[in-house]
Amino acid sequence: MPAVSKGDGMRGLAVFISDIRNCKSKEAEIKRINKELANIRSKFKGDKALDGYSKKKYVCKLLFIFLLGHDIDFGHMEAVNLLSSNRYTEKQIGYLFISVLVNSNSELIRLINNAIKNDLASRNPTFMGLALHCIANVGSREMAEAFAGEIPKILVAGDTMDSVKQSAALCLLRLYRTSPDLVPMGDWTSRVVHLLNDQHLGVVTAATSLITTLAQKNPEEFKTSVSLAVSRLSRIVTSASTDLQDYTYYFVPAPWLSVKLLRLLQCYPPPEDPAVRGRLTECLETILNKAQEPPKSKKVQHSNAKNAVLFEAISLIIHHDSEPNLLVRACNQLGQFLQHRETNLRYLALESMCTLASSEFSHEAVKTHIETVINALKTERDVSVRQRAVDLLYAMCDRSNAQQIVAEMLNYLETADYSIREEIVLKVAILAEKYAVDYTWYVDTILNLIRIAGDYVSEEVWYRVIQIVINRDDVQGYAAKTVFEALQAPACHENLVKVGGYILGEFGNLIAGDPRSSPLIQFNLLHSKFHLCSVPTRALLLSTYIKFVNLFPEIKTTIQDVLRSDSQLKNADVELQQRAVEYLRLSTIASTDILATVLEEMPPFPERESSILAKLKKKKGPGTVTDLEEIKKERSSDMNGSAEPASVNASVVSTPSPSADLLGLGAAPVTNSAPPPSSSGSLLVDVFSDSASAVAPLAPGSDDNFARFVCKNNGVLFENQLLQIGLKSEFRQNLGRMFIFYGNKTSTQFLNFTPTVICSDDLQSSLNLQTKPVDPTVDGGAQVQQVVNIECVSDFMEAPILNIQFRYGGTFQNLSVKLPITLNKFFQPTEMSSQDFFQRWKQLSNPKQEVQNIFKAKHPMDAEITKAKIIGFGSALLEEVDPNPANFVGAGIIHTKTTQIGCLLRLEPNLQAQMYRLTLRTSKEAVSQRLCELLSEQF
Amino acid sequence: GSSCSPGQGQKRKQSCCLHKIHFILLFSRQGKLRLQKWYTTLPDKEKKKIIREIIQIILSRNQKTSSFVDWKDLKLVYKRYASLYFCCAIEDQDNELLTLEVVHRYVELLDRYFGNVCELDIIFNFEKAYFILDEFIIGGEVQETSKKTAVKAIEDSDMLQETVEEYMNKPAF
Repeated sequence: MPAVSKGDGMRGLAVFISDIRNCKSKEAEIKRINKELANIRSKFKGDKALDGYSKKKYVCKLLFIFLLGHDIDFGHMEAVNLLSSNRYTEKQIGYLFISVLVNSNSELIRLINNAIKNDLASRNPTFMGLALHCIANVGSREMAEAFAGEIPKILVAGDTMDSVKQSAALCLLRLYRTSPDLVPMGDWTSRVVHLLNDQHLGVVTAATSLITTLAQKNPEEFKTSVSLAVSRLSRIVTSASTDLQDYTYYFVPAPWLSVKLLRLLQCYPPPEDPAVRGRLTECLETILNKAQEPPKSKKVQHSNAKNAVLFEAISLIIHHDSEPNLLVRACNQLGQFLQHRETNLRYLALESMCTLASSEFSHEAVKTHIETVINALKTERDVSVRQRAVDLLYAMCDRSNAQQIVAEMLNYLETADYSIREEIVLKVAILAEKYAVDYTWYVDTILNLIRIAGDYVSEEVWYRVIQIVINRDDVQGYAAKTVFEALQAPACHENLVKVGGYILGEFGNLIAGDPRSSPLIQFNLLHSKFHLCSVPTRALLLSTYIKFVNLFPEIKTTIQDVLRSDSQLKNADVELQQRAVEYLRLSTIASTDILATVLEEMPPFPERESSILAKLKKKKGPGTVTDLEEIKKERSSDMNGSAEPASVNASVVSTPSPSADLLGLGAAPVTNSAPPPSSSGSLLVDVFSDSASAVAPLAPGSDDNFARFVCKNNGVLFENQLLQIGLKSEFRQNLGRMFIFYGNKTSTQFLNFTPTVICSDDLQSSLNLQTKPVDPTVDGGAQVQQVVNIECVSDFMEAPILNIQFRYGGTFQNLSVKLPITLNKFFQPTEMSSQDFFQRWKQLSNPKQEVQNIFKAKHPMDAEITKAKIIGFGSALLEEVDPNPANFVGAGIIHTKTTQIGCLLRLEPNLQAQMYRLTLRTSKEAVSQRLCELLSEQF
Repeated sequence: GSSCSPGQGQKRKQSCCLHKIHFILLFSRQGKLRLQKWYTTLPDKEKKKIIREIIQIILSRNQKTSSFVDWKDLKLVYKRYASLYFCCAIEDQDNELLTLEVVHRYVELLDRYFGNVCELDIIFNFEKAYFILDEFIIGGEVQETSKKTAVKAIEDSDMLQETVEEYMNKPAF
């Protein structure tokens, strides 16, 4: 076996490896290893000092054992000893062991660092190389602390050997990635940039990697690298294939360096200097031209290297997104690759086209390849490639081809790999919603999704179809008819039962005129599925039944019989049992009016970000789905500004709650008088309030952030991958000033950066906002500030919208958030005695002046936090006013330009029920209403 | 920005991301790990889990598929040479084709050093395989792309090793 050992082969090691290979079983292997470990341990512990060779051999054996997957808990000290050996080969094994088995033992790290320090100072290039490799391999913070100051010096010192420079550059890069704060910028940075001009291409390659990473964080400091990189690239691209000797790889001149330079240029916008820009364009054109030339070699290495440069050039073209000519040429080139016999090229062409599809210059050109891409979806044998085809279809989708693409995706879904089904379902759902001109198409598409891939249709998807049907009365009848027909199938997916149950419960009346879908037939159809369904679905169906009692009085007794049956009333599941009991009782004791009120059709859902997009984003990682805001914008035309909690029918909930006792509510009126019909909406909320917040498919969105600012003035309003928006504001009487800070989180400039504050017509008359425009360019890492001067003219309900548009890289970004300028900001606190308070309280006893809300606590009920919030809300917190010390009472005056409105508030917590009752009395009904809404959201 | 494709940025190449190799694994067709090199710090347990998962993914793929597999936030680029699979994990937006050539260049360096390298060479001289890799790649970035220069560095270091006499005088196992 020594025949396979080379160099200084250690015979003992070779024997040991051989033994292990000959072990017939895992047990035998472990036995052999344990024997070896015992042997090594005794050697290390023995009285006789080991010579360097033996130490090296044993350390190497330990390493081998570790790499087999076994734990090693000794030998570190011996390895550290090897570091200070003068023999290269011993030192080398020592470093290898340390690199592979890093130990955070601080004592050891100190010794290791000491050895490294000596080697760095040795001026022996091979020793320096080993030390630098070790630092780069370990890359720990401790090492960064010890060496981040030293390595830049080695890197730029005039007498450093080229090979050491290369190691130093990449070592520094590793430390910068782990601990950027420990790598000081300084004189050396400008000298590093000039390494781009170095004679030695290996040095240039290593330096380019370092510069690229540094430039991402410090674009200004490394700006000069752009022109140097362009001229270097130009020299490579135009060189003959033999010019660069050993840096020519299979007839391609310096492919690694070319790719790295192209990558460096992607840290910056197109060069401003026309000469540099022209030269770069020439380079890119040359690279595109070369793709059309016959290959210089048939070897795959040649075409891979050549195309690696080509794809990187296309990435740069897309990043610049400024040369329509280049973009279209890139698209044509990728189009050729789509039909290439090499699977890898087809894969990469699909991937690269996805980004091209987002450029306005090339979107249309990409669309011309639709048939090829659809064909790829049908015929590609590799799931990775099909996945890229799905991505590209999604990217090239617009109004003109949405129906075709959605149909093809649905087709594909029938046979798609399980691993990507859920993602396809989400994509289809998003496209169908986004490009629905005709909502019947949307409903059909979603029902098809459930039919084809019901298991992969997440809650977000079927919640969404219900939201849309509820919000669009033009599609409700069609939806009812369609789900009714779909439910006829003998075996339908449970998700269809859920959607069907919900929609028929709301809109079954729209098709009840047809004798084929009479109330009784609808009920029997749903009930035939009941016993096959899971508990949450059955709970939903029970709610549908009680809704039927209201919609179809003629089948009330049939439904009551079902609710009364033992399988319902005595169901082992507490939620089902409770629903059956309460619904039965409700149907028996409530008058028709009350039933009609409690069970009336769901109000429209507030328009909000589609939770499906949020889900896809989560699935694909942040930054991969950037059109959230765009969709939002498209829909914001009918966006209502109210911040009401989503009212979601309790029927989709399965969380039993002791406080959800429907009957208790009927007995004890919670409001001081019988609710007039106009406030019946709040009765509905009361009935179902505990469940409402638990189910609402709330996407993490600006609404939540908005609510956080009601009681405070400073903080982060919005943040995504690119942009952070911070606020600082101050208010005095009816005036205010808000500072908005826009932070560019990327290293790339934002261009045409345009924030706009938008007020609806209504809002404009009551809120006077003045903003100053900001600089349209926001540099990478920079922050710009915008001031908004605010004057409250009269009381108002909605919030202004802050819309931000800019270009980032090749893409247009557009997003909107609600700006937290709320009525309570114009509060002046008023202190008053208990007597004064109650006198005023009585004066405001007109029912129109009082607004009350009873709601479930969303946060832990902590008195100190509650006090802080009431003060943050702007009113005075009056101590010892309310006879019940657990209650909170506040008073203040809302200042507007036209008038002042006195406000009193009272918050009564019920710890046991985890509920609050909030009462507001002001001289103006709308003010009471708005303040009550705003404050209710805070607890 | 009037174009309105919903998939904008589905696979956006983000220039502001790091791009480097996260780790390299060499394993046999039987699923035996032969070499592992990590350029990101991870707990041992996590590494073992990843190794198992990746070997399983790659070995289950057909022959005529592409050399790329999406894996978590990363992309696996792999190629088989005789009985050995070489697999690199790279950033999603990194250059896949060039990574294939990183692998090829490494195979060439091994070949140059061992002469017709085979799996056994790497098993019995694993430490050499690591040294050669270190000459070529540091911290996940290619250091030296010239084959001549890299091989020379490795051969120079071999010159620094003990003479055969020294070696023969050592006590055996």
